[in-house]
Amino acid sequence: MSTEPILRVEGLDLHYGPVQALHGITLSVPPEGMCAVLGANGAGKTTLLRALSGLHKVSSGKVLLEGEDITRLPAERIITRGLAHVPEGGGVIAELTVEENLRLGGLWRSSRTDKKAMAEVLELFPPLAERRKRPSSTLSGGERQMLAIGRALMAKPRVLLLDEPSLGLAPLITQQIFDLLRDLRKSSGLTVVLVEQNAAGALATTEHGFVLNQGKVAVSGASDELLSDERTRHAYLGF
Amino acid sequence: MEKFLDLTYNGLSSGAVYAALALSLVIIFQATRLVNFAQPAFALVSAYTAFAVIQATDSYWLGFGAALVVGALAGALVERVVIRPIASKSELNAIIVTLGLLLVVQGVIGMVWGSREHGLRYAFDYKGDFSPADVFAVASIAVVAVLVFVLYRFSPLGLRMRAAAFRPEAARLSGVKVGLMLTAGWAIASTIGALAGMLAGPPFLSPHSFDLVFVFAITAAVIGGLDSPFGAILGGLLMGLAMSYVSGYVGPEVATLAALVVVVLVLSLRPDGILSRPKARKV
Repeated sequence: MSTEPILRVEGLDLHYGPVQALHGITLSVPPEGMCAVLGANGAGKTTLLRALSGLHKVSSGKVLLEGEDITRLPAERIITRGLAHVPEGGGVIAELTVEENLRLGGLWRSSRTDKKAMAEVLELFPPLAERRKRPSSTLSGGERQMLAIGRALMAKPRVLLLDEPSLGLAPLITQQIFDLLRDLRKSSGLTVVLVEQNAAGALATTEHGFVLNQGKVAVSGASDELLSDERTRHAYLGF
Repeated sequence: MEKFLDLTYNGLSSGAVYAALALSLVIIFQATRLVNFAQPAFALVSAYTAFAVIQATDSYWLGFGAALVVGALAGALVERVVIRPIASKSELNAIIVTLGLLLVVQGVIGMVWGSREHGLRYAFDYKGDFSPADVFAVASIAVVAVLVFVLYRFSPLGLRMRAAAFRPEAARLSGVKVGLMLTAGWAIASTIGALAGMLAGPPFLSPHSFDLVFVFAITAAVIGGLDSPFGAILGGLLMGLAMSYVSGYVGPEVATLAALVVVVLVLSLRPDGILSRPKARKV
């Protein structure tokens, strides 16, 4: 297995008008790995993901996906390079049915519905299969998160960015989603970058963690070390 | 009874035109959250194009085809060049700009063709009750309604367009080129507007041919629910019938007033229109 990182971020700066939100973020994600991006509210976690997926313009620095520079590509192109982003709240389109949301995810690859990919996703998420013709607005919070992840998987990404999949979900459902991501990594070689408030849960699920503070990488290291390092926990993670 | 049937036929045929224009308004509203007051400008440009082509070639259908093509191109061009740069700034700005665009187009058409009336042919014979021309008007809007439904509901393009309209950011993350979808929406809407122009234009075209028609069409779109294509069609047909009965039984001079009464009545009962699901808008 190659040790070349699948996703590398080099010196990323980002401004919202006069305010600098990210300061020289540098990190790399190994292939088929699972990383957590942690930090307090406003630390820049969501901004970082949005910069990676092309929703925000970066001021300077580089994002390399499998060695290819994707920094200046718009979001609708980055998904076609293999980087999918499930935004905070999932971004499920409530006005569309479950099946339409899933079809949408695979549309960039082909205008014909990818029946095989759809069947695979529905097998991963049985509740969605039961409700495939229903409007997405009728789904529960956990089902919406499943649909959001399912839609991203329809694009057959190699890297999946997830912004707070646990938001508003019961701990049991969150655990199911974390387990599922781990299984996916094993079965399809997916690389997952997980942004979480729930630092303990995220570190227990991942191998590597990055802790952001005020738009900078404050600490990074193996997840189990971060979990056992009292100083990091107290200073940044609040437990 | 015969009078009632007459008025009903008339109402359906003019209602088809209101329905077409209302549908074009709704398509743009769904895509851009914008009431497009320039819609009659597309109808005008298209109908005058048809007039010129028919004069040059003596073929009605060549003129008809040219009108639809010019309508589509004009819609796409206006979205790209005029609307896109300002739409992100403020919805109100964009609406005022569409109104300005209508005035400019009316002025330019007056400069090119003069403000006097030009004869525009009907597609078919227009004499008699429910003439072939009336049948054509009703049938063409029925075909358009089915096409729009199939396009939005079942085609990949329609799915992309709906996604882009409902959640632009989520659509982008799924690889949808949101800007292109907006342009496509405008092109489709203005093609339908061009069709409306070809139906409402005859027998005489002038730069203000579509003013009153457009007032009824906007009324139809609003009472149908600006968010609902079927509401627009239903609203258009209802407006056509209502205006026809009012002019026939009461007098043509009160028709415009009646339109206002219909709006007030419908909106006081269903503030979001007949078919629109009431929902909160995010600001």
